[in-house]
Amino acid sequence: MTRIVVLDYGSGNLRSAERALERVGADVTVTSDFDAAMEADGLVVPGVGAFATCMKGLEEVRGPRIIGRRLAGGRPVLGICVGMQVLFDRGVEFGEDTQGCGEWPGTVERIKADVLPHMGWNTVTTPPGSTLFAGLDADTRFYFVHSFGVRRWELEDSPALRPPLVTWTHHGEDVVAAVENGALAATQFHPEKSGDAGATVLQNWLRDVVG
Amino acid sequence: MGVAVRVIPCLDVDAGRVVKGVNFRELRDAGDPVEMARVYDAEGADELTFLDVTASSSERGTMMDVVRRTAEQVFIPLTVGGGIRTPDDVDAMLRAGADKVSVNTAAIARPELLHEMSRRFGSQCIVLSVDARRVPDGEKPQPSGYEVTTHGGRRSAGVDAVEWARRGQELGVGEILLNSMDADGTRAGFDIEMISQVRAVVDVPVIASGGAGEVGHFAPAVRAGADAVLAASVFHFGTLRISEVKDALRGAEVEVR
Repeated sequence: MTRIVVLDYGSGNLRSAERALERVGADVTVTSDFDAAMEADGLVVPGVGAFATCMKGLEEVRGPRIIGRRLAGGRPVLGICVGMQVLFDRGVEFGEDTQGCGEWPGTVERIKADVLPHMGWNTVTTPPGSTLFAGLDADTRFYFVHSFGVRRWELEDSPALRPPLVTWTHHGEDVVAAVENGALAATQFHPEKSGDAGATVLQNWLRDVVG
Repeated sequence: MGVAVRVIPCLDVDAGRVVKGVNFRELRDAGDPVEMARVYDAEGADELTFLDVTASSSERGTMMDVVRRTAEQVFIPLTVGGGIRTPDDVDAMLRAGADKVSVNTAAIARPELLHEMSRRFGSQCIVLSVDARRVPDGEKPQPSGYEVTTHGGRRSAGVDAVEWARRGQELGVGEILLNSMDADGTRAGFDIEMISQVRAVVDVPVIASGGAGEVGHFAPAVRAGADAVLAASVFHFGTLRISEVKDALRGAEVEVR
């Protein structure tokens, strides 16, 4: 059975992530233990609330180091919601500029929309070749809840690297909904709260990314 | 395409049992909130709300167990309200598996509570529940014409309801659950004017509640500015099914899941 660690650094409802992964067949441990997080077949980094708070909590359990080391060894990591946001260079919330894990260039900032948080079920636009969204209809909806997001994808294509696959959603403007980049994947929406559609995304990740 | 309007069934839970539920064919036990939650999920509910109406605080732990068991089986967002008084109450519910917690009376007594809760847990999981009604004749008038009530709508809190919603947003809540105590139980439709007034002063999502009686009642609430619609009894009693409400909304060109 595939061993998954959900990284516990004091952020939000971890029970849902744990249960949703178990539902699709993973052997799940919720822990902040460094070695366990390093050794798992797949690591899930959840996160809700403020970017700065999550980053602080993550640093307290040496999260950025765990993520960096795992990726250096090609070991899968999945970020969810603020767990996706902290993978970018920086977050700007209410004038506070916080450094992120810097796995991708880009800034997490307030979305321009009439109603915030962006809360509820929205559709996504997925590029060809996506693994996470394989088998899902184009009008499938996922559960989002966030006021901040990545509004511009800043990583320039390099002929030497396979470009990450970026999935977008629209709320007032286009916002990054998911990124698939080899061993590193992330979703802005909550797959663990997105019913059967979310279960398919988690199952795809378990089967085709974690393997 | 954009974010879909949410249809949210609310379950009134007393000492761990659903109040006034009826037996749907697919239910073994209409009094079990977990089982009701599963049925609503299967019918296409976009979120679930549990309202803990338990009078005695000694039975509060029962609600946590209900939340825990629901979160283990239902993979859509869950909001829990009723009797939430302190940040630690919020923490306990989130740890049990709730995604959002709604706060009502305790915030009227001490508004800063909303700020403390949203700072500690994030705006996205704090919902301000506003039980409001038109100011009755002979009572202290309010600028909007609507006042906040307590004790299930029986007592005036002496606060303007629209201003209270605005203040809630200012204090950091991520959503307003707007319950019309006048419309509640009438099945005569939502209080459209109240929804419009609140929509005009907040930019967090507004959930309209109170008054739903037929499928045609939901689209006007959305047009007035509701981002989500909530109902309890029409779903409990099987008067309306969630899928029927969604079909009606779709027919009125409202985006639904």
